[in-house]
Amino acid sequence: MKNTLRQVFHSPKFVGGFVIFLAILLTMFIYPLFNPGNPLQQIGVGTFAKPGTYVSLYDATKAKTETFRLPEAAENRLAASLTDEDRVAMIEYFNAMEIDISDLDMDDTDALLQMWEENYDPSVRPKGMTGARVNYFKRLNNSLQDLKSGDTLIIAEEGEDGELVESKKITTTDYVNTNAVANVKTLPLGTDNFGRDVLKELVSATGTSIMIGLLAGTVATIIGLSFGLLAGYLGGFVDDFIMFITNIFTVIPGFVLLILISYSIGQEQRGAAVVATVIGLTGWTWTARSVRSQVISLRNRDHVNLSKLSGHSLLRIILTDILPYIASYVVMAFILQVSSGILAEAQLSLLGLGPRTTEVPTLGLMMNWAMLYSAHTNGSWWAYFPVILVITLISFSLNLMNTGLDQVFNPTLRD
Amino acid sequence: MGKVMLEVRNLKTKYVTRFHEDVYAVDGVSFAIEEGKSLGIAGESGCGKSTLALSMMGYYFPPLHYMSGDIIIDGQNISGMDPDTVRKTILGSEIAYIPQAAMNALNPTQKIIRFLEDVIHAHDPKKSKAEIREMAEARFAEVGLPLDALDKHAVELSGGMKQRTVIAVSTILNPKVLIADEPSSALDVTSQKLVIKMMRQLMESGHVKSMLFITHELPLLYNVTDDIMVMYAGQIVEKGTAQEMVFDPVHPYSHGLMGSILVPEEGTRGHKLAAIPGAPPNLKRPPDGCRFAERCKYATADCRYTAIPEKTFGEGRMYRCLLGIDELKEAYSHE
Amino acid sequence: MNEPVRVQKDFTNAPLCLSGKGVTKIFGFGDKKTVAVDHVDFEFHEGEFVSIVGESGSGKTTLSKMLLGLSNATEGEIFFQGKPRDISSGHKKKEYWKGIQAIFQDPFSSFNTFQKIDTVLLDCINMRGGKSLSKEEKFNMMSEACQFVNLEFKELTNKYPFELSGGQMQRLMIARIFLLKPKILLADEPTSMVDACSRATILDMLLNLRDEVGMTVIFITHDIGLAYYISDTVYIMEHGKFVEYGKADEVILHPNAAYTKRLISDVPKIHEAWDLSTVDLKQEA
Repeated sequence: MKNTLRQVFHSPKFVGGFVIFLAILLTMFIYPLFNPGNPLQQIGVGTFAKPGTYVSLYDATKAKTETFRLPEAAENRLAASLTDEDRVAMIEYFNAMEIDISDLDMDDTDALLQMWEENYDPSVRPKGMTGARVNYFKRLNNSLQDLKSGDTLIIAEEGEDGELVESKKITTTDYVNTNAVANVKTLPLGTDNFGRDVLKELVSATGTSIMIGLLAGTVATIIGLSFGLLAGYLGGFVDDFIMFITNIFTVIPGFVLLILISYSIGQEQRGAAVVATVIGLTGWTWTARSVRSQVISLRNRDHVNLSKLSGHSLLRIILTDILPYIASYVVMAFILQVSSGILAEAQLSLLGLGPRTTEVPTLGLMMNWAMLYSAHTNGSWWAYFPVILVITLISFSLNLMNTGLDQVFNPTLRD
Repeated sequence: MGKVMLEVRNLKTKYVTRFHEDVYAVDGVSFAIEEGKSLGIAGESGCGKSTLALSMMGYYFPPLHYMSGDIIIDGQNISGMDPDTVRKTILGSEIAYIPQAAMNALNPTQKIIRFLEDVIHAHDPKKSKAEIREMAEARFAEVGLPLDALDKHAVELSGGMKQRTVIAVSTILNPKVLIADEPSSALDVTSQKLVIKMMRQLMESGHVKSMLFITHELPLLYNVTDDIMVMYAGQIVEKGTAQEMVFDPVHPYSHGLMGSILVPEEGTRGHKLAAIPGAPPNLKRPPDGCRFAERCKYATADCRYTAIPEKTFGEGRMYRCLLGIDELKEAYSHE
Repeated sequence: MNEPVRVQKDFTNAPLCLSGKGVTKIFGFGDKKTVAVDHVDFEFHEGEFVSIVGESGSGKTTLSKMLLGLSNATEGEIFFQGKPRDISSGHKKKEYWKGIQAIFQDPFSSFNTFQKIDTVLLDCINMRGGKSLSKEEKFNMMSEACQFVNLEFKELTNKYPFELSGGQMQRLMIARIFLLKPKILLADEPTSMVDACSRATILDMLLNLRDEVGMTVIFITHDIGLAYYISDTVYIMEHGKFVEYGKADEVILHPNAAYTKRLISDVPKIHEAWDLSTVDLKQEA
């Protein structure tokens, strides 16, 4: 036993998978300690806020300001404020005015603005340009003037007599230390469509999905193991009957069955545990088949015959003479079942047949939400890409562990 | 004295386990086989006789590792050659190897003639298919195998026939040394006789220059080979002609081994069989002294701590024991 | 060296222990029907050492499974101590197995590698109704059994079977039989997987055990030399049938059946020449 464990932990594949899986599990337990609270709490009103650090505008203006003379900061501000859309429009205007811009680099903000300054004339209407477009360029010009002006921002408050009194003047050279601002919020993965912290949701969803996988794997393994043991050991009619049922389950595509069962249960009844059980109920055939074939090769072994000759009962023979021999095999099957349970949940939820949405997030539900709110079309990668990455990592680590175990327990695979 | 076909000098090889422990499976083995002669290796399972066979081919792959010593085939030293060269130039033409389960090594999807083509093409890629068929038919006819077996698949042949086919295929290039590791153990006695007859015929016709035969069945070894070596815990403990070894063993271990022979012959019923208690030493940490001392009835304190030399006597006989021949004979006569 | 130590005893008048009439085993049906054991009759007497000799595929292992009650005969009847054997229910099987026990070929697969050696031996004591014995008495019984096979029980406690050598494991199997004291011991090639030096020890122990317990030993082997060495009576089996049986001396030294003659002449010997000149390589093997 000790030796077996030693061998298992000498297998680089198993150790690799184990470390990845352990890291995921640790994150699952440790992250909520630093960031407690309900993962489904809506912290933002808008949808799909980008990843980043958010400071409250109100608190920022209240905070003590320092004045810096940072000339390049002004340039950077201009460069950052001038969107690609604006730049393309400016080029379009130059072209319409038939100005030679062959030397102009669109990303060179200074040159672009200088060119604009020299050439823009609100009174001239370029040939073939619609009135609306002319107005658009007027508005663009105004906003450019605003950007350049660097005017002081005046913040006013209502005084004692009800009139607005200037309380604070903010100039372009004023800066706030973010540490001095209250309520700084870092969202490493932004928010989702409901304005919820994606990272927090992801950590919680990983936990739920692994629980679903474990439950589905346990259900599938228990059913598959008992059917496989009975069919393999008893043989004859029992074997034929169990294999008949197993074959039926094998022939009907498991996923279709899963969809039908999930659908007929109904949205309201589908908690995470129910979904996990349903996944387990449809996924046991593979375990049953392989356990059966293992047991058939074991049941004619001499030690089983000897155990029979010693008058041991059926249950005792199965528990002490057969189960320990296939234990390693069952553990490997269980790992694969967990992995496929997690994937099955993701698939189901993606189709909108997963657990009901109000209680807990799962990896599949997060993908479902991202898909429903078109995260993939509006470029909000943070709403679905990390989820895919986590599913892949879990699946990869479990399969790696399985391969490692297989190499230890199946000497023909050793290199 | 004939020309020496195979000479092994102080060969040492080891296994490396999964936990990086060394197992010294072949520890300082030396012997030679002359042209036209056959040599048998006897010993219990785990004594290193199969490892010795593998080591002699010079074809090492993990967990087996070469440590030191020379393997000289017809004057050519092949120890230390890289496995690929060995595979291309030595195996098949210089050495042929038949493992115990050889008959199960045939790819079931291919016809027998294809194996022959593979073997011959590995050494002479220019040979045409017609030439190969001619060669194969001549050899098959010579060793009494049906010619239609060439166009059959391995599964269509019986166990004995498969084993004979494997031998015919692996000796088609007339190797100088044939190493047979329990070639007939998985067969019934009638097929075994056919296999042995065929191997002997290959030797007599000169297609195979010399043979090394490994088995744990002593009566078989006695009938097949000219000389017998007894191996124990990675070392040769005694060497002599088959007749001398079976009827006049010197080393206590060979004495015990020969005393345990069972044959269906008058007078063998009910006599006391020799039994050796205990188990061979762990080769991860071989003892300093005699490796058999723990199980030896005649061992003295010296046996356990002194390195035991190989002693030669008679006509090319050798044994590895601290005690003298007369002392041992005296002890045996009192049993 | 060649003085016979054991003389040929006559068992024809001894009471019957296990016998069979028309015992047949057929696998499959229709075109795929294989008759593994074909209407064999046999009579094994009390205290007799019987060998059943056959090459692989002769049906000797199938017959042994039927004798042990691990599989049912397709046809024919087996009598235990003169009465028809009844193994129709689990309880009756347990009763039968108190009378017949086995040692199998492969010691490495005969033990449950997850159980300690103590458990194996304790099971035997419990089966013989020794459940209520004190710890000390049980320990003494186990020590005695191990003593019988030259093992030291103190060194074996808390060890697992795989920590022993093949020979030691097979001896432990004999210790198990020593504790169970059955009427019949069926030994299915118990020495084919152990080394020549351990073989002698095991054979001697089997003979001693037979004398000590007074049981019938049914020894199944492919090695005719071994059968000749050890048994009182020899049954030669070919293609599911007994082609010849009788006292060991008579069958081996003066065989009548063609198969027996061929078998004996094909086995390599050391005093008589092993004649290869008569072998015709062109014959279909």
